[in-house]
Amino acid sequence: MDKKLAVYICSGCGIGDSLNVDKLLQLSSDEQKVTVCRKHKALCSVDGYNTILKDIETEKFHGLAIAACSPRVKTEVFDFPKNIIAERINLREQVVWCSEPGDEDTQMLAEDYLRMGIAKIKNISAIKPYIADSISSDILVIGGGITGITAAIEGAKAGYNIYLVEKEKELGGKLNSFYKQYPANEPFNILIDPIISDRIKEINSYKNIKVYTSTTIKEISGQPGNFDVILLNGKEVKIQVGSIVTSMGWEPYDANKLSHLGYGKYENVVTNIEFETLIKSNPDIQLPKNILFIQCAGSRDKDHLPYCSDYCCSTTLKHAKYIRELNPESSVFVIYKDIRTPGLSEEFYKEVQKDNQVFFTKGTVSDITPENNQLKVTVKETLLGDDISVKVDMIVLATGMTPAGTEDMNLTYRLGKGLPKLKYNFSDSHFICFPYETRRTGIYAAGAVRAPMDVASCLEDASGAMLKAIQCIEATKRGESVHPRAGDKTYPELYMDRCTDCKRCTEECPFGTYDETEKGTPLVNPSRCRRCGICLGSCPERVISFSDYSINSVSAMIKAVEIPDEFEEKPRILVFVCENDAYPALDMAGSKGLKYSPYVRIIPVRCLGSVNKVWISDALSCGYDGILQIGCKPGDDYQCHFIHGSELTQTRGENIQETLTTMMLEPERIKTEFIEITDYYRIPDIINSYVETIEDIGPNPFKDM
Amino acid sequence: MSGVTAAVEIAEVGRQVILVEEKPYLGGNVIKMNNYFPKLCPPSCGLEINFRRIRQNSRIKCFTSTTVKEISGEINNFRVKLLHKPNFINNNCTACGNCTEVCPEERPNEFDYGFSKTKAIYLPHEMAFPMKYSLDVKYCKKESCNKCVEVCDYDAINLSAKDEEETIEASSVIIATGWKNPDAAAIKNLGYKDYKNVITNVEFERLIDANGPGGDKLLKPSDGKEPKEIAFVQCAGSRDENYLPYCSAVCCSASLKHALSIQNKYPDSKVKIFYIDLRVSGRNEDFLRKVEENKNIELIKGKVAKITESEDKSKLVVEAEDMLESRKIKSEADLVVLATGITPNQYNLNIYRSGEGFISDKQKDGIYPVACCKRPMDVSSSVKDATAAALKSIQLTS
Repeated sequence: MDKKLAVYICSGCGIGDSLNVDKLLQLSSDEQKVTVCRKHKALCSVDGYNTILKDIETEKFHGLAIAACSPRVKTEVFDFPKNIIAERINLREQVVWCSEPGDEDTQMLAEDYLRMGIAKIKNISAIKPYIADSISSDILVIGGGITGITAAIEGAKAGYNIYLVEKEKELGGKLNSFYKQYPANEPFNILIDPIISDRIKEINSYKNIKVYTSTTIKEISGQPGNFDVILLNGKEVKIQVGSIVTSMGWEPYDANKLSHLGYGKYENVVTNIEFETLIKSNPDIQLPKNILFIQCAGSRDKDHLPYCSDYCCSTTLKHAKYIRELNPESSVFVIYKDIRTPGLSEEFYKEVQKDNQVFFTKGTVSDITPENNQLKVTVKETLLGDDISVKVDMIVLATGMTPAGTEDMNLTYRLGKGLPKLKYNFSDSHFICFPYETRRTGIYAAGAVRAPMDVASCLEDASGAMLKAIQCIEATKRGESVHPRAGDKTYPELYMDRCTDCKRCTEECPFGTYDETEKGTPLVNPSRCRRCGICLGSCPERVISFSDYSINSVSAMIKAVEIPDEFEEKPRILVFVCENDAYPALDMAGSKGLKYSPYVRIIPVRCLGSVNKVWISDALSCGYDGILQIGCKPGDDYQCHFIHGSELTQTRGENIQETLTTMMLEPERIKTEFIEITDYYRIPDIINSYVETIEDIGPNPFKDM
Repeated sequence: MSGVTAAVEIAEVGRQVILVEEKPYLGGNVIKMNNYFPKLCPPSCGLEINFRRIRQNSRIKCFTSTTVKEISGEINNFRVKLLHKPNFINNNCTACGNCTEVCPEERPNEFDYGFSKTKAIYLPHEMAFPMKYSLDVKYCKKESCNKCVEVCDYDAINLSAKDEEETIEASSVIIATGWKNPDAAAIKNLGYKDYKNVITNVEFERLIDANGPGGDKLLKPSDGKEPKEIAFVQCAGSRDENYLPYCSAVCCSASLKHALSIQNKYPDSKVKIFYIDLRVSGRNEDFLRKVEENKNIELIKGKVAKITESEDKSKLVVEAEDMLESRKIKSEADLVVLATGITPNQYNLNIYRSGEGFISDKQKDGIYPVACCKRPMDVSSSVKDATAAALKSIQLTS
């Protein structure tokens, strides 16, 4: 079907001075057969916008192209009825601001971008969102410790039905065994009673919270909006929820591994949690006179937990404070590496320091030996330089937190039963700016399962994760993606006739969108999808597409470019850029007036991981001389918003090099560069030096074939 | 960062949000930062995503260059009086830049803490959102010059604009007014007032930033030369009864981040960090280890007593007590960075504050302070706090 189209070319912001806009209009109408072709001196003005709107009403076209500034600006102005495909063509930042004005090559660049934009419109369709038939607004909270309880209460307060599941007989988790909590806010001079019993009572006052104790999870299947959950508590209970908060908590580090600190060897060496439980069970216990705390016991230690658990310093301060209150005759010794009481907790540290029977010593415990019913502790590397030793009656090891495994969620996902773990087994997001983004859409980790954290921090975390769970349900109802492509209403559509069950999509999706049927055929769960297009990039059979982003739409853009013959000495370089970081960097390069070669033809992609091999072979066979891919940094400190998209580019690269070899082409014809969004100043060098490389190796022999 | 986060998180649940920002651009202190610890990645990366979320979400109404004069009323029925600063440049602005080219006046660039200059009409920074020019009324000669008005093709500049008041209604209010550095000049012994090459950690963010005043190079404020020896003074005016009695939670990690950024740029430079305790929380421990393993970064446990200048005035001299070796040390440096802490921004609003000027957690129902106006915290914690407050704010209207 031939679509009726319109093209609007803006001549403002230097576009008209640099380009022959009339020639572009002529190209649109004569070569591209576009019905409505207009220019305007400022399309973003009220008059410009109204001109377009009037045409939409009278001309009834399917799609329109706005050839003006970057789609990153004036987004709110160019807002049209959703049944019309509107495509922005970036003539400002990525043509006239980065190329020589009035130059033949600049004009050719603009012409090609027009052709590409029009080709795209012709090959995409208006977006119809995926909305499942019945979407549950109920939320499952897994783990009934302080985090889970708080998440349940906060979610219930927002009007949602909550199922709270706890494997133990009682709610409350670790906090049940706490005697006191340390203060997180003023006043810092008093310890507070554990808040857990009040919270448990509060839960009972909400009719929209259903608590299941002594309950485990047999299985969770489905997707956001429709998770089918089977609970086990003697019998099977089936529920359906829209999203999930997992607050499965933590375990103290196994002190049996700390025999070098006397644990398991001497009776009077206990962990901080054991100590807390002891006092909780018997606050009137006769405490020994001299008690020594060893901080970072098995923490910040490459042989044990390499990280800091954040809560142990303040916990020891709390212990010191109540030991001294319970037994004024006692003395407390604290051996530490650094006292970490960040922020306002410093006030609490100072409060405890006021007590002259609490002794702080920076150092490392080198030896513990029994001596006359006491333990003699030797400390080296002290501030005074000398080794010191002290005889004490009891040693408390400040042990850290290890996250609970999330495999007990028993997800039926092809990619595993639990949440993917990142550093040190925590189910965290790795994103500083988006801490709740787990890799299983609609399932949000909260509390110490996500990162080591104390009670106050867990309370905040519970609310934050619950907000995300609610948000996911509401977005799913609207047929929209959640972060990072929030609001995107496209979703993967599969043309199964071509599928060969190769399973690449199921394996490479970072978010576990694909399950498999019993026959091993991919089964897409659209609401799990984050719309990165990595599956589209992975599929060798061109099965997967999104309504506005597909193998065909990008191939059509690639093929729309006019490739000059080899004698014109105008190479053409196709550049795939990540739209999140590299594309804005290109815009910034333009707005800073940095010039680079006009031989490049840029196509933004959702993620480098969405680049399909077909596009590469299409480009090479239609005569492009080189292909450059610019994306986000992979590796430990990855910046890819879709976790391993840019990493996949590297692993797939070998495969692509084979294609080059079979086509008898030089390996340099494809190159990948990683940049950060702020690296705009590197753009000219990256592009120009690649163009030089290509000029050196000469034109693609497939040109003109 | 926290305000933007709260706004997008609420709007994506499906609620209406009004986001009010005093500056002409969003992103607060964070957008001025060179990078984040521990990944050393640029803040603009995540902010770009958040700005996109704002751009495409019609539920968010965003007022920049606007302050809040008064909050009255109750939960579900707040009235908030806004003051829009004069709208010299309206939304017709296309950020084409013609005005800046003809503007004859210069101003110190607040974005770079005065280490660079812009014209009186300027783009706040290259990633500015909204992407729109601003006008500094203190430096603009207005109608007597009028050059920018003449050159603007889009009718975007109105030099006689006046400020306007507006009252809006809201069911809840999130306060994310953030933080600033305390006045470093008030710390008498550390030489901030006396020596150009003694700077604060936030100023350093701009100096090391490739988009900052020195471009690709880190340049000393005194002579524009590249420093070879750089010293960081931790707890500069923090954990100190004379200044800030508390710890600001982020300065240790920030200085480690700076040290690594310097090493990435100048592998031969020497960096010294003087500290009391290294408070690098949680899983950032391996980030600390990366610093410890770097031979050109020295971590010295000791409180800096004094900063002076060498006799020939070519170097700064940092005097400290090395607590591990129990000796006094004098160390020379070309550039000294004071790790000054976080103090809450102050506004004349009817809200409860705690002893240190931070906004108290306990407010009237429906008012939720978040992040660094409440207590010092890092970016990730601020985002977490803002997301938690987003939930509180939708509880009332459900």
